[in-house]
Amino acid sequence: MSDFADVRLHVVTGKGGTGKTTVAAALALALASGGKRVLLTEVEGRQGIAQLFDCPPLPYEERKVAVAPGGGDVYALAIDPEMALLDYLHMFYKLSPTGIPARTLRRMGAIDFATTIAPGLRDVLLTGKVKEAVVRKDKSGWAYDAVVLDAPPTGRITRFLNISHEVSGLAKVGPIKNQSDSVMAVLRSPQTAVHLVTLLEEMPVQETIDGVNELTSVDLPVGGVVVNAVREPLLQPADLAAAEQGSIDSAALAAGLKEAGLDAPAALVQALAAETLEHAARVALEERGRDALAGLSRPSYELPLLAHQVDLGGLYALAASLCEQGMA
Amino acid sequence: MSTAPRPTAAPRLDVDEQLRSAKILVCCGSGGVGKTTTAAALALRAAENGRRTVVLTIDPARRLAQSMGLTELDNTPRAVVGVDTSKGGSLDAMMLDMKRTFDEIVVTHAEPSKAESILANPFYQALSSSFAGTQEYMAMEKLGQLQATGDYDLVVVDTPPTRSALDFLDAPQRLTTFLDGRMIKILLAPAKASGKAYLKVVSAGFNVFTGVLTKIIGASVLQDVSQFVAALETMFGGFRERAQATYDLLKAPGTAFVVVAAPERDALREAAYFVERLAEEQMPLAGLVVNRVHRSSVELSAERSLAAAEQLDDTALASAVLRLHADRVRLAAREQRLEERFTSAHPGVPVVEVAAQPGDVHDLAGLRAVGADLAGGFAAARPA
Repeated sequence: MSDFADVRLHVVTGKGGTGKTTVAAALALALASGGKRVLLTEVEGRQGIAQLFDCPPLPYEERKVAVAPGGGDVYALAIDPEMALLDYLHMFYKLSPTGIPARTLRRMGAIDFATTIAPGLRDVLLTGKVKEAVVRKDKSGWAYDAVVLDAPPTGRITRFLNISHEVSGLAKVGPIKNQSDSVMAVLRSPQTAVHLVTLLEEMPVQETIDGVNELTSVDLPVGGVVVNAVREPLLQPADLAAAEQGSIDSAALAAGLKEAGLDAPAALVQALAAETLEHAARVALEERGRDALAGLSRPSYELPLLAHQVDLGGLYALAASLCEQGMA
Repeated sequence: MSTAPRPTAAPRLDVDEQLRSAKILVCCGSGGVGKTTTAAALALRAAENGRRTVVLTIDPARRLAQSMGLTELDNTPRAVVGVDTSKGGSLDAMMLDMKRTFDEIVVTHAEPSKAESILANPFYQALSSSFAGTQEYMAMEKLGQLQATGDYDLVVVDTPPTRSALDFLDAPQRLTTFLDGRMIKILLAPAKASGKAYLKVVSAGFNVFTGVLTKIIGASVLQDVSQFVAALETMFGGFRERAQATYDLLKAPGTAFVVVAAPERDALREAAYFVERLAEEQMPLAGLVVNRVHRSSVELSAERSLAAAEQLDDTALASAVLRLHADRVRLAAREQRLEERFTSAHPGVPVVEVAAQPGDVHDLAGLRAVGADLAGGFAAARPA
């Protein structure tokens, strides 16, 4: 049973460099496992999904990018504010994207203008499209069993999702207000969970804690914390504890190296010992980070550091790990 | 280093020379690569080498900010305590308050009555606090101001944590293009020609257009926008001039860009884009700083290390130590391959590496250590 069985919109955020796009993609694969349909979306124009799945840049069109284990499909969509606006106009005002008014809007640079002067409007368009996919129905029920959003980074996530606050100063009544309210209702509902991706390093951990507090303070539903790139512990607990205190049994190390068939001149023993102490210092920091994250009392998932750059095979391995840990 | 000798050697970035001669150093790169730390370390080193220096940071990590005495966002440079000033230099630091900087520009450039109405307009408030680009533009603006005071020999600026390093160069241009845009002119039309005259001025196409606009965004919003734009217009001239002046400053002799990256694929790709873009714009590139670099000085390859570990019981100390060493050598090799890819595409770009630290830097001693690496200490410490 998944920890987020009732959630249909998974928003994935994280500090830059923590692997948020990778985790979003792995989560989409995990959620699709066993015959589900999942839509993976991105909103920052980075084409990160296409790079991960090794396919050509995504158009503004839902496209199948992967098949999940046990049969299931992952579709992907790169949401572009201009296309989202035209889509919106088509849906709500029956304006054809190729008709004169829509064309005029584009020609005048109206969309650029609107999103420049009020970035809140751009976010309404982007989240509006995501929401549309979440609530879309076809004959058999929900069009997608789940939608995963590769969202802006932790530092901007609250502002990005808290759209009704962002546009409230600009539009107190009228269509923009109505649209942002309806999107907000979905974002705040139990259908949504905002997951935070982090590394066990000081700044990402701190940003994760700040992010959880910010999201909570505006009633946005926080989901789980995904700790990415976790190294497997190689030292025995006693050796690690000693090394964290700055001590290492050089005699045992030298003997071991000899036993393994290496010459163990003092210089080599010393250099290897120094590397090990550095490693232990980092592990100590990681443990502190883990403790700080535990203080959040949120479900937490750990993903291993992959030996190579993430490829499709790596994604499936990460997805399997998320399934095992109950995130999907 | 035994396992992966350095083939294509990039020229080494002479940081101390830059710190001696530059008037403005701009640190740029994608988010999460240690830009702020690099900027602070460069500034500290320059100050301790005898230059009167100010560092403008955008969004420093809390503890780093505290170590530099940056406890409040007050938009004024303050002296950093604990800097060695024996060579006659000094270090001030400040954090950018984007909204306040914008407000100051409005007050300087608009008549008092207009300024008030601009500052109160909801669209101005949205634009000044969240326009994607305002931060970049205001960082440039503040940079110009700091340089103009004449109080400093060197201004080091950290750039905002944008998605892409390129946003930083485009922001001033975007703002001016925006202010010159057709939409602005359309929205200004009703303010200029009221009533019937307006109807004559605009074509039928415009009518359809404004009709659609009103329907979509609502009449009251349109009015707010229109008022805001009209108020802004009075200061357009000044605005544009300023944006141009700041842009020119970036091309002036004495300015140099330091591109910062981590030894990772995405960060180096961004760095490459940025280097190419600087060349296109004929902006002076000092070189590339690669942060968080792992190296091993142990003369033992990953393969031999793992093979040796195989001979031992998994729980033996030596087995774990050998596996850790192998991981490190492989990581180092991977980082080096990525760096070489950059260097072979951009062979003329000087590079300097900074060693990965177990923890984050949050005091002056840590910044000094980074500064020493930046000046070539890390590269010198390991075998060529």
